[in-house]
Amino acid sequence: MFDVISIASRNLLRYRRRTMLTLLLIVIGMVAVLLFIAVAGSFRSMMVGQITDSVLGHLQVHRKGYVASIDNLPLNLNLKPPMVAKVEDALKANPAVETWSPRVKFGGMFSNFAETTSIRVNGIDPAREAATTPLLPGRMIEGEKAGALIGRGQIVIPQLLARGMKTKVGDTVVVVATNRDGSVNGKTFVVRGILESVTGPGGRDGYVHIDDARELLRMNEAEVSEIAVRLKDFSRLDRSAGQIKAALEGVSNKEGKPVLETHTWADLSPFANLAKMIDLMTLFIKVVLVSIVLVSVMNVMIMAVFERIREIGTIAAIGTPPSRILSLFLAEGLMLGLVGTVAGTLLSLVAIFGINLWSPTFNFGMQQNLVMAPTIAGGDVLTIAALVVVVAVVASLQPAWKASRMDPISALRHV
Amino acid sequence: MSLVTATRLTKTYRVGDIDVPAIKGIDFAIEASSFVAFVGPSGSGKSTLLNMLGCLDHPSGGTLKVLDTDIATLDRRAAARFRGEHIGFVFQDFNLIPVLTVFENVEYPLRMVQLSGNKWPAAKRKEQVLRMLDAVGMADQADKRPDQISGGQKQRVAVARALVSQPKLVLADEPTANLDHDTAYRILELMKKMRDEFGTTFIFSTHDPKIMGEAETTFTLEDGRLQNGGSHV
Repeated sequence: MFDVISIASRNLLRYRRRTMLTLLLIVIGMVAVLLFIAVAGSFRSMMVGQITDSVLGHLQVHRKGYVASIDNLPLNLNLKPPMVAKVEDALKANPAVETWSPRVKFGGMFSNFAETTSIRVNGIDPAREAATTPLLPGRMIEGEKAGALIGRGQIVIPQLLARGMKTKVGDTVVVVATNRDGSVNGKTFVVRGILESVTGPGGRDGYVHIDDARELLRMNEAEVSEIAVRLKDFSRLDRSAGQIKAALEGVSNKEGKPVLETHTWADLSPFANLAKMIDLMTLFIKVVLVSIVLVSVMNVMIMAVFERIREIGTIAAIGTPPSRILSLFLAEGLMLGLVGTVAGTLLSLVAIFGINLWSPTFNFGMQQNLVMAPTIAGGDVLTIAALVVVVAVVASLQPAWKASRMDPISALRHV
Repeated sequence: MSLVTATRLTKTYRVGDIDVPAIKGIDFAIEASSFVAFVGPSGSGKSTLLNMLGCLDHPSGGTLKVLDTDIATLDRRAAARFRGEHIGFVFQDFNLIPVLTVFENVEYPLRMVQLSGNKWPAAKRKEQVLRMLDAVGMADQADKRPDQISGGQKQRVAVARALVSQPKLVLADEPTANLDHDTAYRILELMKKMRDEFGTTFIFSTHDPKIMGEAETTFTLEDGRLQNGGSHV
């Protein structure tokens, strides 16, 4: 084996310029793919993390039909306490679930006694909400971050609303909401904090205590609009969501039809489409990389076989078995793939490290000065590296096969 | 027993729809340790015959036995193995492998023989290669690449490579065609010396009067037929 590798290396060095150009193509391809995966993947993870960990949770359970009407925040599609109990039983029984947070969502009018505007509000249990969406307290740009997220009689309002209404922390405000029966009720709150706006649904909502929300909405019983769920392992989202969905299918109405529905963050956020686009682009750039490696290695190997026909005839004549000739040319493809992979990987890692040192910032939607901090998983690096090496060997297969099947007499006569 | 025996040996090539006979039913025998030349004009069938003797091509008819093996029975892999173990080749253009040093070029056939299970461990291999390089007067050039030595030196290395695995038979196709008179003569002397030292049979195809003059047995081929039964000097 060592002989084969040694001879392959020497043959590659024999045509230095051609080998270097092929390696350069592989390296550029590797760097492009790994950098794209690192940058786009990190952006995707950051945005998904922000959406799930500061607003939506990993998945949500609603009463059937609620999500279809979510723009209206319908109060008549809330979950009643017996349903909530059943959902909580199902969540408790699932070991993949870390925690969950019940919410009462409603729309209302927000007044600072001088001006009035509309607001979407989440009534939350502060401790459970902080456990379910752990980045939520971090979004507080004004007001005390430490302690409970919210107390009775307090409200946390979104940045845009605070700016537009010239409202500060400590101000007293009034929230007026229409109850389910059509009557109107109002309640005063003290502004506890101001939240940074984030991309996606709920990213510009206000927060009050869940008991205040129920009081404002004159709910006689502990109704819930949605239950946001946090999983122990986000990477198993689809599987866990499927399990929860299956467990909740048994909760039905008098007609025997299921009354609950489960949605993952991707079902609820338009960013999921962007995430899919990023995945698609990653796939596309991988296909481009495969094509670059395939075409460049195959081209160089076809040339190598063509230029060494007499040599192939000679080594065949002096007793080299066809399998050995095959392995000699496959080894050249393997070496090209390996060297290109190692160089491409090292260069990519240096570039990723450099970008992290540089820490460039960018704006996305309402969010400004997001820091680009690309990272790449070892698994991704290994997958791309293995892909390049395998494709390089596959690209050499046809020329190598041709060389191994060459008739020694014709090869020796070749001029 | 003869080293090579050919009985009613024929070889026909198919060119388009036409059968072109290259060897037309010849019989001959070659004894071990002989120095034999096949001579004749271009197209007379010399190279075809040498290709069959080297198990690079199969006869179309008759039998050709080399070392008591009917070469028609050898498939591609078996033929490669047979060549590696029993036959050495010397080519008109030397055909050294350019990326290998002189030492490695001579060592190469031993590595191939090693692949098929014969024992040529590294130490024994090195000893044998140095012995052959010494025998052809190239021991001091062992680390050079083929492009760093002269044509005559290349052919010496080719002779060492042909003999290194101690084959019973060496086939040389026009081995002196690309050499000047003095160098060609020295190469022939070297081959004879090798024959005397190792008992190897040398078979040449040639136009070269020098080789014809040095050969102990000469077969003249014309239009695929032997014109003599092998004239002995």
